[in-house]
Amino acid sequence: MEVNILVGGAAGQGMDTVMNLLGKSLVREGYGLIYTKDYMSRVRGGHNFSTLRIAGGTPWTTVHSVDILVALNEETYKLHQHKLAPSGRVIYDPEVFTLPEEEDRGVPVELKNLAEEAGGKVMANTVAVGVLLVLLGMGSNTVEVLLEETFKDKEGMVSKNVNALKSGMSAAEKFCSACFPLPPKSEDSQKLFVDGNQVLGMAALGSGCRFLSAYPMTPSTGVMNYLAGKSKEYPVVVEQAEDEIAAINMTLGASYSGVRSLTCTSGGGFSLMVEGLSLAGMIETPLVIILAMRPGPATGLPTRTEQGDLEFAIHGGHGEFPRAVLTATSHEDAFYRLNKAFELADRYQTPVIFLSDQNFADTHRSVEPFDFGRLSYNRHLVEEDDYEKPYQRYRLTENGISPRAIPGQFPGETVLVDSDEHDQNGNIIESAEERNQMSGKRMRKLKALAEEMDEPDLYGDPRPETLLIGWGSTYGVLRETIDALSASGLKIAMLHFSDIWPLPQKRLRTLLPEVRLSCCVENNATGQLASLIRRETGLAVDKRINKNDGRPFMPDEIIKEVEKYHES
Amino acid sequence: MKADHFLLGETAWCPGCGNFSIRNALAGALAELNLPAEEVLICSGIGQAAKMPHYIKANGFNGLHGRALPPALGARIANKNLKVIISSGDGDSYGEGGNHFIHNIRRNPNIAHFIHNNQVYGLTKGQASPTSDPGMVTGVQVSGVINPALNPLALALVLGAGFVARCFSGEKEHLKETMKKAINFEGYALVDILQPCVSFNKHNTHGWYKNRVYFPEVSDPADWSAAMNLARQWGDQIPLGVFYNVPRPTFEDSLEVLSGEPLAKRPFEPNDVADVQNEFL
Repeated sequence: MEVNILVGGAAGQGMDTVMNLLGKSLVREGYGLIYTKDYMSRVRGGHNFSTLRIAGGTPWTTVHSVDILVALNEETYKLHQHKLAPSGRVIYDPEVFTLPEEEDRGVPVELKNLAEEAGGKVMANTVAVGVLLVLLGMGSNTVEVLLEETFKDKEGMVSKNVNALKSGMSAAEKFCSACFPLPPKSEDSQKLFVDGNQVLGMAALGSGCRFLSAYPMTPSTGVMNYLAGKSKEYPVVVEQAEDEIAAINMTLGASYSGVRSLTCTSGGGFSLMVEGLSLAGMIETPLVIILAMRPGPATGLPTRTEQGDLEFAIHGGHGEFPRAVLTATSHEDAFYRLNKAFELADRYQTPVIFLSDQNFADTHRSVEPFDFGRLSYNRHLVEEDDYEKPYQRYRLTENGISPRAIPGQFPGETVLVDSDEHDQNGNIIESAEERNQMSGKRMRKLKALAEEMDEPDLYGDPRPETLLIGWGSTYGVLRETIDALSASGLKIAMLHFSDIWPLPQKRLRTLLPEVRLSCCVENNATGQLASLIRRETGLAVDKRINKNDGRPFMPDEIIKEVEKYHES
Repeated sequence: MKADHFLLGETAWCPGCGNFSIRNALAGALAELNLPAEEVLICSGIGQAAKMPHYIKANGFNGLHGRALPPALGARIANKNLKVIISSGDGDSYGEGGNHFIHNIRRNPNIAHFIHNNQVYGLTKGQASPTSDPGMVTGVQVSGVINPALNPLALALVLGAGFVARCFSGEKEHLKETMKKAINFEGYALVDILQPCVSFNKHNTHGWYKNRVYFPEVSDPADWSAAMNLARQWGDQIPLGVFYNVPRPTFEDSLEVLSGEPLAKRPFEPNDVADVQNEFL
């Protein structure tokens, strides 16, 4: 039992208002849900829509089919009516457009007029929420509390919104009351209703990140907005840089001087950052970059999703230096994994790239509250009695990690870092011998770093005949694909990477030779993980299932591909 | 404290280079201000001037070409107890790093920016810099420089810089005293330091500068128009001195979160911020 709701209209019509109000109320009442956004790179006009799926447990992905279509304009109806279930309903404003005669699923409610009667047409979205509550058979208490919390500082707005909500409810009653029964509620504790960027922002704050410098770029900007919003209550500084070059160099300066620091961007900004990335490798200064991918090349599809920058993240930057690349799979995992990114950056004194994408960044899901006690904050700085005097920043060590001090930590001791090749003190050198020593020292860190990588998550049949391989934000859609195909009798499993570079290989080496069919499922054109696996292990993945139209996979698309390969 | 305390290492500069005087002045300024080396940070980009962090006993961040200012700002945010100084060249600061120059003057962080302006690219062997005089012939500008020279002092004044000065590496005592004022200035302080490049600039030689520089009387360092007039003088007469000196609120002072202990020294415990997730319930 599940209900799928799609709200669509022109940019600026407030689809998010409907979804946030309804979504949060549903989560407060104990329902599990996921809500995704599909929006254009424009501020007004065009066509944007949001999809909300309510299902038992917590759904991992949205799906194509729609039960309730909220069409704020005619275009929305035309574009999405083919997905509407036979028993579905279309909520629309008959003052805005009329449905074709043969369409008998309409729920005409004068959203704007009712809103104006309640106190202003801006509340048309609240009227729409009222209509939805009736169709879902829900009472209004939870939404009313939420309206109270949202508008308590705005004179008169609470009562106006409650009136708008109730007029939507009364208008809807004659059409279809509780005709979309909701799935059972979860018995678990109260859940969070949170999107990917908010999860990453919270994880950064909980990891002791005190500085973020970035240049706004979709879809990473939400992280910057989140931390900026906290900077009045928590000791974190957010500085909007003049460009991404400044952002990464500022971040490095703050990190060198002793605070956990972060920058976030998307592919175009990351392109500007790669010289700084190389600098981080050379000066061995901790750095975490959230790279929220969107389709390229160049400006590409600015508000859409892709996994096209995996190889760029692994190889970007001139010269050779150790780095780790971790990815955002689910909201639950990403929270703790971004903390791991900070830990690795500090322990190995090297850059860590955390790959997210628009699909992850903009998706809200109901999730268990996070356990901040599981986050670690260990700066891995050298202690007073623990270094050879005088202090040298790049002391040669067996594992390649030099004792790290920050400026001003010890009286009389200074810390020198240099983008040129340098000696143990940090001074410029050009001798072949010292170059070899220092390059060897840096690269030695890779060995232990590789051992820190988590093996990919195996979900499904423990002895699969078919194996789907993925990474990052496709985790949810692959899980639902595995559930569906397992139910139809396939011995199938998924192997999903969260830590991706250095590539963890044990499970790959065990499983790949055993399965009859392996498919790498990636939101890109070429199958970058499949190529990486081939390069690192010599093992070939049989098939590549790719999609790079800027939209996330839906389970039915992957199921169709897998079935096609099985038939052949 | 003596200047020698801050001198370190063997330099890679050409004999006769103006950088030696600038280095001595900087060491002298730090010594006379009695600054402990561990509380000083010298940031630089790339170029001959940018090698300064290797030759002065202090913390050093010798970063990327053009990128001395961003890490300097990051350092100030992380630890406002650090005295942050930038020592870098004209190509680094005004060319490759032009965007950071513009926006950090707007920000006004507490940073003293010493620009070794020899009007030529030294490390890459003699191409024009943004401040090269028109007509100067180089291996790249084969018919002579055609673009007018960038005027860093006028630009800084227009952008609202609070401390704008010009020095000459041959006027050592003045240079040292101006550096001390710039280091003590609360906010962004620009000191454009004219210096000869003995290897690649055969036009603006030590003698060329020596014959032109003079010390005008600056009766009111808060007179922006007078400062602008001095900044725009170039040619037979080149004025030296602090043209403008009017503090305004610094970037750091404008951030309430930075009051109190430097960020880098504050303790942290993840559980202390666990309540932050309650807004999503």
